[in-house]
Amino acid sequence: MYESVIGLEIHAQLLTQSKIFCGCSTRTGDPPNTHVCPVCLGLPGALPVLNRRAVELAAQAAIALGCTIHPTSVFARKNYFYPDLPKGYQISQYDRPLATGGSLQIATGGLAREIGLIRVHLEEDAGKSLHEGFPDSDRFARVDFNRSGVPLIEIVSRPELHSAAEAAEFFSRLRSILVAIGASDGNMEEGSLRCDANVSVRPGGATAMGVKTEIKNLNSFRYVQRALEFELERQTAVLEDGGRVIHETRLWDPAANRTHPMRSKEAADDYRYFPEPDLPPLRIEDAWIERLRASLPELPDARRRRFVASYGLPEYDAGVLTASPALASYFEATAAAAGNAKAASNWIMGELLGLLNERGIGIERAPIAPSALADLIRLVDSGTISGPTAKAVFAAMYTSGRGARAIVDAEGLARVDDEALIARTVAGVLAANERAVRQYHEGKRQTFGFLVGQVMTAMQGRANTEIVNRLVRRALEEGPA
Amino acid sequence: MPRSFSRDDVRAIARLARLELSEAELELFARQLTGILEYADQVRDVDTAGVAGVSAAGTGAPMRDDEVQPSIPRDDILRQAPGTAGSGFFKVPRVLS
Ligand SMILES: [Zn+2]
Repeated sequence: MYESVIGLEIHAQLLTQSKIFCGCSTRTGDPPNTHVCPVCLGLPGALPVLNRRAVELAAQAAIALGCTIHPTSVFARKNYFYPDLPKGYQISQYDRPLATGGSLQIATGGLAREIGLIRVHLEEDAGKSLHEGFPDSDRFARVDFNRSGVPLIEIVSRPELHSAAEAAEFFSRLRSILVAIGASDGNMEEGSLRCDANVSVRPGGATAMGVKTEIKNLNSFRYVQRALEFELERQTAVLEDGGRVIHETRLWDPAANRTHPMRSKEAADDYRYFPEPDLPPLRIEDAWIERLRASLPELPDARRRRFVASYGLPEYDAGVLTASPALASYFEATAAAAGNAKAASNWIMGELLGLLNERGIGIERAPIAPSALADLIRLVDSGTISGPTAKAVFAAMYTSGRGARAIVDAEGLARVDDEALIARTVAGVLAANERAVRQYHEGKRQTFGFLVGQVMTAMQGRANTEIVNRLVRRALEEGPA
Repeated sequence: MPRSFSRDDVRAIARLARLELSEAELELFARQLTGILEYADQVRDVDTAGVAGVSAAGTGAPMRDDEVQPSIPRDDILRQAPGTAGSGFFKVPRVLS
């Protein structure tokens, strides 16, 4: 048996308006090279000036992860040549990072575990190279520097994850925290959140680490899981065949569902890090850290526990509802306005998320506002409409954007409590179903439910079910045997 | 840290810096870099017990507010480049094989 050892390196784009060392915009989706200046193009003589907001967001992430923030950290140059790195070096942090230590709790298979963190540091992003897609791509690459100098934090876990599922869970929990505190938008499709993994296997019980490979391009939870499953299996097969794992960088290819080698790392990278002479050390006073700590919003874990404790929700429901801050806020607003947390949870987790997920829409763009959903819940709770009717009203609200009350009034959907009307319908249904009535009297009591269903259908599901039950039973008992 | 620079050390550094050096240059730079190392050794011999380390003077990095400033017009920037692709990109020799 082999044991898997996985460590993750996660890069998250910090949610600033401007780049980390210059005033160029961080906005994505604009034409290439429209957010560039001498600093982020690495023109001679240009000097970097640190963005305070980037430091604050990085520090808040470190606080939320329980790291120790160092009063002094140092920027360093990581030297290498690539066309999307205009200065010939990336400004990062090396031997004195912003923060060290900390941990993140994961839970897989009902088992909670603390995964240690090594460090959190600040750095700048590189530009973007386009290698394919143009007639002369066999000879030339294209470079867009809009991303160059966008602020990132790098978060490095200890190699304490032992399965692909644990790694995916870690990545997912980390994303939830970064999004909850507003440090990053967590958008993996646009590259705001990226994950690399260091992976090795070793014989069970061994303490020495096996030779590791570095897997790049794991930009969704599913890719993390699939890529690591593939890679762990590949390495195990190599070792079982008596071979040895080669220390190399491998790229995840989602289309082929496999990793393939990018470059060998037999000769260790030599980035010749040295302190960035253009930037004095970053100093963070305790008072500043305390202010940042005080302004942190509630973290997903705490919010989940509160949902269980104060709304009485099951663990599972609380977990789903706190998966994103927007969803959690939507639930809280609905529950407060409706005065019924359980119903709010049921509607959101059932009908609403069902429709939103089906259409690929985020909760932020849900066509039904929390107050509108609360109105619907109150109509049910006050007995104005029946449960089945409420589902139809919900569907109409979703597609038309109209309010629950307006739909109920316009369509005449209010619950019918009129006993005389219901009694007439019951009499009609019983008369039309003589066989079922006879079977009831012969002792086949389950036909009672069938008859109730017939009455409800005849009344378009709007009749008060309690009254229908009572009147059907009375008619059967009083009727001719 | 080596006490002197060999020609192989210089060759390795030159490769990282993408510099092509002649044999004579390798010899020259090995000698000059060794001289710099010797100077560093002298500095290291100074008694600094009780002196805190610094990597820069001053009170820490000055910071700016997170405000977007105008970038440089793209045409002006691309005009400085040896190669552009006409679609707003910089154009460089292909890097992947
Ligand atoms: Zn810039």
